[in-house]
Amino acid sequence: MSDVLILNGRVIDPANSLDEARDLLLRDGKIAAADKPGSLRNIEAAETIDASGLVVAPGLVDVHVHLREPGQTYKETIATGTAAAAAGGFTTVVAMPNTLPVNDSVAGLEWMLAPERRAVVKLFAMPAATMGSMGATLTDFAALRKAGALGFTDDGKPILEDAIMREALIAAARLGIPVSQHAEDTHLTGGCSMNAGPVAFRLGLRGMTVEAESRIIERDIRLLQEIEKSEHLRPHLHVQHVSTGRALEAIREAKRQGLHVTCEAAPHHFTLTDEAIGDYDTNAKMNPPLRAEQDRQAVLAGLADGTVDCIATDHAPHAAHEKEQEFERAPNGITGLETALGLALRVLHRGQGLSLTKILSLMSTAPAAIVSLAGRGSLAVGSIADVVIFDPAAEWNFAAKESRSKSKNTPFDGAPMLGRVHATISEGRIVFRQ
Amino acid sequence: MTQETHAPKKFAYAAGSLLSVSDLSVPEISAILATTTRLEQMPHPERALLLNGRRIALLFYESSTRTRTSFELAAKSLGATTTLVSDKSSSIEKGESLKDTGLTLRALGAECIILRHPSSGAPFVLARETGLPVLNAGDGMHEHPSQALLDARTMLMRLPGRDAAKATAKSLDGMTVVITGDILHSRVARSNALLLPRLGAKVLLSGPEPLLPETALGLGAGVEIVRDFDAALERAQVVMMLRIQKERLAGLELDLGDYIARYQLNGDRLARRAPDALVMHPGPMIRGLEIAGDVADGPGSAIELQVSNGLSIRSALLLRALNSGGFESVTV
Repeated sequence: MSDVLILNGRVIDPANSLDEARDLLLRDGKIAAADKPGSLRNIEAAETIDASGLVVAPGLVDVHVHLREPGQTYKETIATGTAAAAAGGFTTVVAMPNTLPVNDSVAGLEWMLAPERRAVVKLFAMPAATMGSMGATLTDFAALRKAGALGFTDDGKPILEDAIMREALIAAARLGIPVSQHAEDTHLTGGCSMNAGPVAFRLGLRGMTVEAESRIIERDIRLLQEIEKSEHLRPHLHVQHVSTGRALEAIREAKRQGLHVTCEAAPHHFTLTDEAIGDYDTNAKMNPPLRAEQDRQAVLAGLADGTVDCIATDHAPHAAHEKEQEFERAPNGITGLETALGLALRVLHRGQGLSLTKILSLMSTAPAAIVSLAGRGSLAVGSIADVVIFDPAAEWNFAAKESRSKSKNTPFDGAPMLGRVHATISEGRIVFRQ
Repeated sequence: MTQETHAPKKFAYAAGSLLSVSDLSVPEISAILATTTRLEQMPHPERALLLNGRRIALLFYESSTRTRTSFELAAKSLGATTTLVSDKSSSIEKGESLKDTGLTLRALGAECIILRHPSSGAPFVLARETGLPVLNAGDGMHEHPSQALLDARTMLMRLPGRDAAKATAKSLDGMTVVITGDILHSRVARSNALLLPRLGAKVLLSGPEPLLPETALGLGAGVEIVRDFDAALERAQVVMMLRIQKERLAGLELDLGDYIARYQLNGDRLARRAPDALVMHPGPMIRGLEIAGDVADGPGSAIELQVSNGLSIRSALLLRALNSGGFESVTV
């Protein structure tokens, strides 16, 4: 594999508390050297990138994406979804299992991860926790783990039954990987299409309460306590897309007790409130829904104080005809891979004063650690050469029609972004260049 | 605006659309009321020329007596051709989307679509996708704008010292309107609670918690919740009763007998608390449930006037939607 030299960049590597000017040499898909500027000048590389004025960081990691393949390739394919990931600075994505058929078997997982799918960046998957994500029978955790599973989830559907969730947490704990939970008590959310509150009342839409999210998390935390006591295991619960202050309070308390709980927050939840639905804009419909301002503030506080471990997009492409429907009928979800960094820098860095190191940790080092990705989320010599190079000061407006994703369902069409990806390098290969 | 990024996406709608009462400025409301009065006074043959040859589609995904008939008669009285499409006897049954149904009607020459739909916000989808003026004839639990306009006109006609041919921010100054019943599921309540305060009225919402959540206060500054119906009535010049659907009570912690005892508008209650109040009901009403028959038929009742105002207001809305040059001229 040919060498890539990245010269004169501001290298930010949260894993090693590094933030200074360095030159990087990528060789054989690994970080071969990270030295003072000028010291790699004499190396002949096939590609040399001048990163003057740019930030060089470990490639972003998204532990929550929907790539729709197999089964719904009119929305997205692994190739198009990972191309969008590359354009957004992501070098690793973790695919959710709610494909058609559901990714609940070794054969399905292997098919998804096969080179024939033409993933542009590194693709991992979390297979279903239960067969068909029906919530009744666990999938073969051990075999799936061997085939590359990073965790288990019935994402989109919560694992509601106490006994099944308990069984899943125990089985995953034995393998040292998380159960990733979509926290929604669906007994409380039937017929609901947005957040409960004054906006839902005015729009005449049924709303999901914050309790519908927190109740499942509180239940899962109780299960962790019981399992630690009775089984002498240390199960890992990962809570997906936390959207409410109440849920974050439960997670904060569980962490205080020393339980192994991690959670993610989505850019739309720290950027928008349910007011963004406006005139029933279905591109502002997702699950969990956009919440009230107090909940958005709680997510921001959680990102700042460490209660939220990482940022994940919940990239959920849908075709135009599916979103051009009555609000209650339109499917949940928005695309997110190409807007995550621009929103994080604008809202969290400029708006909230979070450091670039903190944001890059939330988007790279921390998510890599949650799913135990060896050699990723770091620029230490010897690490996998997953690198994002971006201009942290670039101001631009996102244009949905230019998205690499097959679908354009985003509430951020035309929205201002801060920070623009200049190049994305996956395992030493340049996979995106502005 | 508390959001970090941007205001909600602004969509463009054809002029003359009426999707929510919030779309209307007070001068626009005034123009609609003036046109309504003018049309009522106009000789029939002259009226029938205003929309002569124009095509209006009525697209109804829900049953309706008053709204559908009044829109249809209104259109015909202005000379327009109407066609009725209902979900039961069309390709909607075969799964055709709202967008495609709208595009089909447009391709057949419809210049305006009147939509009744069980899903809140459906008229916005139709207006965006067809680019035609769309009149919201009731969408889910959201709004019923023409009903609120006809209710406002009814109040202005019946309350002393008011002018029903125009609207200002003080048209209903000093008036308190009590809206009682199933507010949660009522599009009529939402449209009235959004419209009437802008004409100077105070709106009191009354009903038990399961039918009237505190979030209703988000409708605006002129809205207050008074759970004690008798206390609300004592402040009222107008009382508007809403239908109670028995099937909706099933899932709620609500006893029908108890509801009737606390919230039914009957002769005794009216005589004791608000003997001079104007009694209104958007229909369909269930006599003996939310309203006693004698009150519905009593001297304070404006229920039939509401129905006939429906015809008049909807004529003006159609003229406005098709903006045939007639709207401006008849408002003068």
